Amino acid sequence: MGTSRSGILALEDGSVFRGKAFGAAKTVVGEAVFNTSMTGYQEILTDPSYYAQIVTMTASQIGNYGITADDEESDGPKVSAFVIRDLSPVSSNWRSQMSLPEYLEKHGIPGLSGIDTRALTKRLRVDGAMKACLSTEDLSDEEAVKRAKEWPGLIGVDYVKDVTCKASYHFDPEGKISKPFSIPGTTLNKHTRPEKVFKVAAFDFGAKRSIFKRLHNHGFDVHVVPATATAEEVKALKPDALFLSNGPGDPAAVTYAHKTVSELMPHYPTFGICLGHQIITHALGAKTIKLKFGHRGGNQPVKNIETGNVAITAQNHGFASTREEIEKCGGVVTELNLNDETVAGLRHKELPIFSVQYHPEAAPGPNDADPLFTQFYDMVAQAHKASA
Amino acid sequence: MPKRTDLETILIIGSGPIVIGQACEFDYSGTQACKALREEGYRVVLVNSNPATIMTDPDFADVTYIEPLVPEILEKIIAREKPQALLPTLGGQTGLNLSLKLAELGILEKYGVELIGAKKEAIERGEDREKFRQIMLQIGLDIPESYTVHTMDAAREAAEKIGQYPLIIRPSYTLGGTGGGIAYNKEEFEDIVAFGLDASPVTEVLVEECLLGWKEYEMEVMRDHKDQCVVICSIENLDPMGVHTGDSITIAPAMTLSDKEYQLMRDASFAVIRAIGVETGGSNIQFATDPETGRMIVIEMNPRVSRSSALASKATGFPIAKIAAKLAVGYSLDELRNDITRETPASFEPTIDYVVTKIPRFTFEKFSGADKTLTSSMKSVGEAMAIGRTFKESLQKALRSLEIGARGLGGGGKFGDRDLSDDGAIRAGLAHPTSERLFYVRYAFINGMSLDEIFRYTKIDPWFLHQIREIVELENTLVETGFSKLTPELLREAKEAGFTDKQLGELLGTKIRNIKKMREDNGINTVYRLVDTCAAEFEAFTPYFYSSYGLENEITSSDKKKIMILGGGPNRIGQGIEFDYCCVHASFALREQGYETVMVNSNPETVSTDYDTSDRLYFEPLTLEDVLEIYKQEKCDGVIVQFGGQTPLNLATELQNNGVNIIGTSPEMIDAAEDRKLFKDILHRVGLQQPINAIAHTPEQAYELAGEIGFPILLRPSFVLGGRGMFIVYDMEEMKRVVRGAFDAAPGKPVLLDKFLEDAIELDVDAISDGETTVVGGMLEHIEFAGVHSGDAAMVLPPHTLDRGILDTVREATYALAKELEVIGLMNVQYAIKDGELYVLEVNPRASRTVPFVSKAIGVPLAKLASRIMAGEKLADMGFTKEIVPHYWAVKEAVFPFARFPGAPITLSPEMRSTGEVMGLDYDLGTAMAKAQMAAQPALPLEGNVFLSVKKGDKDRAVNIARELVRLGYNLFSTAGTARVLEENNVPVSRLFKLSEGARPNVLDMLKNDQIDLIINTPSGQTPRADENIIRSEAVMRRVCIMTTITGAEAALEGIKALRNSPVEVRAIQEYSREL
Repeated sequence: MGTSRSGILALEDGSVFRGKAFGAAKTVVGEAVFNTSMTGYQEILTDPSYYAQIVTMTASQIGNYGITADDEESDGPKVSAFVIRDLSPVSSNWRSQMSLPEYLEKHGIPGLSGIDTRALTKRLRVDGAMKACLSTEDLSDEEAVKRAKEWPGLIGVDYVKDVTCKASYHFDPEGKISKPFSIPGTTLNKHTRPEKVFKVAAFDFGAKRSIFKRLHNHGFDVHVVPATATAEEVKALKPDALFLSNGPGDPAAVTYAHKTVSELMPHYPTFGICLGHQIITHALGAKTIKLKFGHRGGNQPVKNIETGNVAITAQNHGFASTREEIEKCGGVVTELNLNDETVAGLRHKELPIFSVQYHPEAAPGPNDADPLFTQFYDMVAQAHKASA
Repeated sequence: MPKRTDLETILIIGSGPIVIGQACEFDYSGTQACKALREEGYRVVLVNSNPATIMTDPDFADVTYIEPLVPEILEKIIAREKPQALLPTLGGQTGLNLSLKLAELGILEKYGVELIGAKKEAIERGEDREKFRQIMLQIGLDIPESYTVHTMDAAREAAEKIGQYPLIIRPSYTLGGTGGGIAYNKEEFEDIVAFGLDASPVTEVLVEECLLGWKEYEMEVMRDHKDQCVVICSIENLDPMGVHTGDSITIAPAMTLSDKEYQLMRDASFAVIRAIGVETGGSNIQFATDPETGRMIVIEMNPRVSRSSALASKATGFPIAKIAAKLAVGYSLDELRNDITRETPASFEPTIDYVVTKIPRFTFEKFSGADKTLTSSMKSVGEAMAIGRTFKESLQKALRSLEIGARGLGGGGKFGDRDLSDDGAIRAGLAHPTSERLFYVRYAFINGMSLDEIFRYTKIDPWFLHQIREIVELENTLVETGFSKLTPELLREAKEAGFTDKQLGELLGTKIRNIKKMREDNGINTVYRLVDTCAAEFEAFTPYFYSSYGLENEITSSDKKKIMILGGGPNRIGQGIEFDYCCVHASFALREQGYETVMVNSNPETVSTDYDTSDRLYFEPLTLEDVLEIYKQEKCDGVIVQFGGQTPLNLATELQNNGVNIIGTSPEMIDAAEDRKLFKDILHRVGLQQPINAIAHTPEQAYELAGEIGFPILLRPSFVLGGRGMFIVYDMEEMKRVVRGAFDAAPGKPVLLDKFLEDAIELDVDAISDGETTVVGGMLEHIEFAGVHSGDAAMVLPPHTLDRGILDTVREATYALAKELEVIGLMNVQYAIKDGELYVLEVNPRASRTVPFVSKAIGVPLAKLASRIMAGEKLADMGFTKEIVPHYWAVKEAVFPFARFPGAPITLSPEMRSTGEVMGLDYDLGTAMAKAQMAAQPALPLEGNVFLSVKKGDKDRAVNIARELVRLGYNLFSTAGTARVLEENNVPVSRLFKLSEGARPNVLDMLKNDQIDLIINTPSGQTPRADENIIRSEAVMRRVCIMTTITGAEAALEGIKALRNSPVEVRAIQEYSREL
C-alpha cells in the first residue's frame, strides 16, 4: 500500500494528475480523450482508431474481468496510454486469460490508475480534447507539461499508414474466428450466414476485427487491402463490393484514400464505417471538422431521419461533418446524432453508397445497428442482380 | 408520435399499504406518474388505500380516492369517473394484480377502459410462470429446469425428474416470493411445497433446478411504442443466487461482466420485453450466470416498474417512472428530454462514473422465533443506498447509512471490533446467508482465512472479496501504523476507501479532531460530485450530489436562504413512509416560500430522494460527520430535524453542539420529553398526571420497583422508537423473563416501568404550535385498549366513544404541554383515559407517524404549515387557528408482515410490528371501519362461520358480540371455555375440540377446509398459549379475517352491520374536504 510506482499525466493547459503506474514503464505523448463505455476496455485498448491517443475511462472500476484473446480488436493495444480511476486487483471472469496490467506491460503500454478521471473528463469536455503526456517513469511536472505542449497534435497527421495492414490478405476464409460470441444454452443471437457469398474489398485504415467478422457472418468473403492500395489493385480483385473501415486520426490527412475511394465508388456498392464514413465524406468533396471532445462511448443516440427510428450506438470519433456541408456536395444525410445533431450517416443520391459515423459492429457497445450489415448485403445483392 | 389526444381521464392504481416487498418506492413511482400525466394535461384519477403517501395528497391527482384496492370498489370509481385508460404498471404488484383482475372480470371492457403500457396478455405472460418459460425457450433464452405443480404428488415427481437437491420452490402470484424457499432434503421439500401451495392463491408452485451460488444480475429496461429499447441500469448482486434480490446487497453498474456478456444480456433483455409484450414503459429482468461456464438463465421479469426501477432511477438520475408514464400516453423516447442534461434526449442509456451499493435493512428482532437466514422469500423492510467513486467507498457509505450501529467495515461500532477469532463462529457466519454475513467476511480476513476459502463458503464473487480484502488490509495497515506515523498519503487512501474520521480515530487511536486537522492541513477534503446520467460528457443542471474525495468540488454557490431537511434513512418498522411524507412536505412548503431546500437522505425508495423534490439533493448517510460536512459546505441557514423520525433526532444534540442552527422546537425540549425526570417535572408544572412510574438501571432494581408499583406493569427501554423491547407484564415471573430484552434494546440506557392502565382508552393527539398559538390537528381514538403500540393500533378520527367533556380536557392538556415544551412545529401526545381520569403516556414534540393520516382526514397539510412555522411564520398568518373536526369518519388500520415470519406471534403488543397502514373514510362509522378492514385485507365476511375464543375478562362483551352475530345469521364455533359462557347465555354455538386435546375435528381442520370465515381470539396473556399461536398463524396464512382484541371485534361487528345494511359508496378526498 502506497509503495507502488507513481506516474503522471500532464495536459497542454498545464494541469497535472498524479496516480499509480501500471503496465509498462514509459513516457508517451498523445491526445487525451475520454470514453464513457461502462464495459469493453479491452476492445477500446485494441481499437486502432485510438492510435496516438491517451484514453481515459469514465467508468471507475476497470480491469475487473481481465483480458481474453477472443475480444481483441487488432493484434494488441493501440492506445498510447490508459488512464483509470481504480484498477482491479483480480480478473474475475470465466473467460479471463490474463490481467489488464500484465497485458499492458506485455505490450509496452503505460497505464495510470488512481486518477480523478471525472475531474479530467470535465476538463476535456469544457476545454476540448488536449495534447497530453503520460509517464510512468520519473518525470517532473514541468517536463511532462513541456512534452505535452511540444507534441504537434493529430490535426493534419496521417496515422492510418501506421496501423493499416502491410499487404492484402483474405480474412478468415474458413470462418474460424468469425463465430459470434455465444454461451451454452442461449441461442438468441444465432445468425446463419447466407448461402450466396459476395466478395468485398475491405480497406483497412486501422480496422477493428469485429467489422470483418460481421461482414463475414453476413455473407461476405472479405479481402482486406491496405489503405495505400490503388484503385487498380482493388479492381484487380474483382470485388462485388467495397468496404471502408474505421481508423485513427484526421480524415483530411488521408488524401490518397480520398482519391482512391472517389475513383472506386462509382463502380461498386460501398459501405463505410467511422473513418470510412469520413473518407466517403471527403470523396464526395465535403469537409470534416474536429469536434471539441468527440464522441466516445456506447450510449450515443442516433436518429434515422428517413425512418424516424433511434438506435443506441457505439461511437469513437473526434471528427465529423455537418448536414449543410454534405448536402452541399450532393450527399444525403440519413442519420443524425441526437446529442449534438452532427451527421451520423449518409448515402449517395443515386449510387449504392452509404456510410455511418458509428460502429454497427459494436465491440464494445450495443448490437442495435447490426442490421446495417444486412442492409449492405441486400444492397450488394440487388446491384449484383441488376448487373446480371 | 406525440401524446395521444383521444384520452382525457387516466386512472392510476397505487400499491396500497406498505408491506414487505412493496414499500414507498411505489409512492415514488406513482407520484412521478401523476405529475408526468398532469403535466401533459390529462385528468388523473388516483386510487390508493395508503394515506401516508405523497401521491394521495390532494394536489397530485385531479381526483384522489383513498379507498380499498378491491375490484368492487374500483368498479364504483370507474363508473363514477369514466376514465378512458388505466395505467397498471406503476402501482407495484398490487396495482398490476388488481388491473389484471379488473380486466378478467370484464369491468374494463364494460366501461370502455383501455389498459395502457401493458395489456392483459402481457401481464399474464410476465406473471404466469409456465407461459413465461415457454416464451423464453421460443426466443432462444435459457431457463432452469422446472415444473409447475398443483399437488404434492406432482411436486415429488418433479423433484425426481430434476434429480438433485437443493431445489427451489416458488409459489405463483405471491408478493416478493412469499411462501417460497430452498429445500436441501426431502423433508424440507415436503414442508416448503405444502406451505407454498397454501400461500399461492391459485394453489400452484414451481419446482425448479437450483442455481444456488450462481451470479445474479438485473437489467432495468425501457421500451416505447416505436419498439425502441434502452437499458437504464445494470445491477449485480453481491449475494449470489439463493437470496431474494430484495434481500441482497446489490451493486450498480454490473462489475464483473465483459462487454460481450453484457451486450448479450442486454439483447436478451430486449428480446424478453418484446416477447412478453410490454408495449411501453419499464421492466426489470433478472438473470443468473454460471461463474464457471457463463451459462445465462433468465430468472424472471416484472412487466412493470419495480423496486429495482426506483433504485435504478436514483442510481442513474434517469426518472424511469416519469418516462414510463409519458411513453404510455404515446410519446417515444426520442421525443422526451433528459431532465438532467436538458439538451440531450431520453433515448439514451445512462452511463455512470461511480459505484452504487444498496444494502437491505432487516428487523428480525421484532419477530422472535423467525428464521434469520435469507432465502428466496423477501424479509427486509427497507434499504439504504450509497454512492461512491469506487466500490469500497460506496460499500462503507452504505453500511453506515443502514443505521444498525455499524460504522462501515471496521473501525468500532457494531461488528467493527477486531476481537472475534472463534473460527467456528466465523465459518458459521460465512456459511449462512444472513444480514450479517458481510461482517463475517471481514472477520475471516482479519483472522487470516484465505480468500479462496471464504469464496467456498459464501460464493461471493472473488471481485467483491478482493475489494473487501483490500479494505481490511487497509484497516490492518492503519492499526499497525497508528496516528503518530500516519502519512497524508495513507490518510487520503483511507478516506477514498470510505473510512469516516470516526472509524479512523478508532483505528489510529486518536481523537476525531486530530484526523480532521490533519485532513485540513493536507487538503484532504470532502468534495461533492454530481449524479448526471452521462459521466460528465454533458453539462448537468440538476443539483443531485454525493460525497467523495478528489480534485474537484462541483457544488455551486447560491445567495438564497437555505434550509436543510434531514430524512429518515432506510425504512424500518416504526420509521417509514410517514416521515418521508413530512420531509417532502417541508421541502415543498419552504420552496414555495422562497427558500432553497437541501435534502439529505439515504433511502432510494422515497419521494424525498427524487431529484426534483428539493433544490438540492444529497444522497448521503445520515451520520453526524456526513451531515455536518454538507451543512458547512452548503452554508445552510437552518436544519429541520423533527420530520425524519428518530434518525435526525438522534443527531440533533450533537449537531447543535457543532454550531448547527436547528429550527423548530429545540433539541433540549425534545430530549426533555424523552427524559423521565424532566418530563415528570413538566407534567407536574402543567398539572397533568401520568401512570405511576419509576426508572430502573439494573434488572434487580426493576424487580424491586415493580413490587412498589404493582402489576400489571409496562416495561420499556428509553430512547427507542417503535416500542422496541416493550412489554406488559402481569407478574414477577413474566417480569424476570423479559427484563433482559428491555435492557438490551437500548444498551447502557435505563429501563422505564409504568403502571399499566388495563382496559384504558388510548388517544393520540397531533397538534401544531408556533410558540403562541397551538391548534389540535386531530384526535385519534384507539380501537384497541391501551397496551397496543400506537403504530399498530386501529384508530378513529374524530374520537367515537369519548364525550365532549373529556375531549375538552384533552385539548387544554395539549395546549399546556405545547406551551411548556415551547413547541415550534408539530407535537404528538398519547393519552390514556381510565375511569374518567386523563393520563399522559407520552409526548413527542416532533412529527408523528399519524401526521399524514390526520392531514388527509382534516384536509390541512400539517407538515407544510409546521415547516413554515419553523421558518418563522405564525399560524394566524397562514389562516389555521381553529381545530377542524370532520363530520365523517376516518379509520386507520395497520397492516402486518406476519405471513413473512412464520412462527412469530401475531398478537398486538406494545412492540410495533406493522409495516404499513390504510385509511377507511365514510360518513358512517361502521362503513369506515369496514372499508379500513377491506383495505387492510382480509375483508370482513358478510356471512359464514365464526370461531370465537376469548380470554376471561372479555367474556361478557363477547357474549354481546356473539348474540349479534347469530342474529345476523352467522354460525358460531367455540372450544369448551367460551362455549360454556355462550350456552349459559343462550347463544347457540357448536363446540370444537381444543388442539391440545388431540381429538378431531378441531378448528385447525375447519380452517384448512376453508370453513372458518372470521376468528375472534383474544390472547390470554403476554405470552400466548401454543394453541392460540397455531390457530392465528394458520388464519394469517389462509388470509382469514382475525380479531385479536375484543374492541377490535366490536368494531368488526359494526363494520359487518354497515356492510350488510347498505352498499358501500366511494368518495374522493377532494369531495370530503370541500365540505369542511
